[in-house]
Amino acid sequence: MNINLTIIGQIVAFIAFVAFCMRYVWPPILAAMEERQQKIADGLSAADRAGHDLELAQKAAVDRLAEAKKEAAVIVDSANKRASTLVDEAKAAAVVEAERVKELATAEVEREKAQAKEQLLAQVSALAISGAEKVLAAEIDADKHAAILEQLVKEQ
Amino acid sequence: MAATGQEKTVSDYIVHHLTNLTYGKLPEGFDRYDGHTVGAGGEWAFAHGADEIAAMGFNAVHVDSLAWSIGLGVIFCALFRWVAVRASAETPSGLVNFIEMVVEFIDNQVKDTFHGQNKLVAPLALTIFVWVFLMNLMDLIPVDVVPELMVLAGIEYQKIVPSTDPNITMGMAVGVFILMLYYSIKVKGFGFAKELALNPFNHWVFIPVNLFMEIVGLLAKPFSLGLRLFGNMYAGEMIFILIAALFGAGILWVLPASLLQIGWAIFHILVITLQAFIFMVLTIVYLSMAHEDH
Repeated sequence: MNINLTIIGQIVAFIAFVAFCMRYVWPPILAAMEERQQKIADGLSAADRAGHDLELAQKAAVDRLAEAKKEAAVIVDSANKRASTLVDEAKAAAVVEAERVKELATAEVEREKAQAKEQLLAQVSALAISGAEKVLAAEIDADKHAAILEQLVKEQ
Repeated sequence: MAATGQEKTVSDYIVHHLTNLTYGKLPEGFDRYDGHTVGAGGEWAFAHGADEIAAMGFNAVHVDSLAWSIGLGVIFCALFRWVAVRASAETPSGLVNFIEMVVEFIDNQVKDTFHGQNKLVAPLALTIFVWVFLMNLMDLIPVDVVPELMVLAGIEYQKIVPSTDPNITMGMAVGVFILMLYYSIKVKGFGFAKELALNPFNHWVFIPVNLFMEIVGLLAKPFSLGLRLFGNMYAGEMIFILIAALFGAGILWVLPASLLQIGWAIFHILVITLQAFIFMVLTIVYLSMAHEDH
């Protein structure tokens, strides 16, 4: 174990290497590592934020869906109401129409009845007349009765 | 060991593996191994043998330790700079990911222990951890490979684990100690002197006692820091060498020595990481103490 000039050389080399490391090695490596750490932290917080945003969006979507359902129910309800009023209206119109048709038919029946009566009357008169003619023909006196007929014609 | 020649004993083998490639100044009048005597004013040369290294004294450089240490430091800087240039907030991949993991680990250690505001401590801890780890990692390269190749290349000695050289570990510890003193004075100012003089006995009578105790305590920090790493790595390396020496003890020893080698290497993976970690944590703790104003 002999101490000699080597120790001086080693001290100089030691100072030189430490100085080099302090100037050119340590700062850039540490800066890069810190920058990366910052980047990762930023990324993580961004992911957190995105998750939170997603949650909010999901909640909003659920809300919107419920709203839409409610709206749809309202629409269906009103449509049902409208349909039933339409049906009612149609029923009422049908009743009115039926009434009118019935009235028309009744009027027709009356008219027909009247006509038939008239015809019957005419036929009965004609039959009576022909019967009367037959009866009369047996005992008619054209001359005697001509005067009556003439008088009848005159009266007409 | 067989490759180094039959005339060599086991102790020669071990000493060879534990000798640094030393370049230094031989004193005037020293008789070299090849017979010639060093002339006036001394002579700079690569040492040959322990006596030449001893003669050089302080005027010597462990070329191998320093070269491996600086080489590994350059690898550390290049690797981490490469990543630093490519690091971005985008998805990291492969090597970038791994380096960032290391950086984050160090950053957490520093944040746990050091509560002041200092832009130096974290890069310092990173440099110490990775550099010491790489230096320790050289211990896992089989002990014979590089030295034998170097012998073939004509270089006599080669110790490839810089952290088994006290110069290297103490060099770093002294670097940390200088920073400790600097920040103690910068943060506490005169309070640092007061802390040394008036702790643990807060009375003027005890100032010399306090000073002695506190200064010893202060000096113990870099010594324990540097020598702990050196001791652990040196012992580990020594055991690797001893196990390697077992291979030369006969054919029967090949299997047990292999198993020992593997076992110790696996255990050593833990040791080298732990030692690098301890050196780093203690550095942070010492600098943290330097920043704390009582």
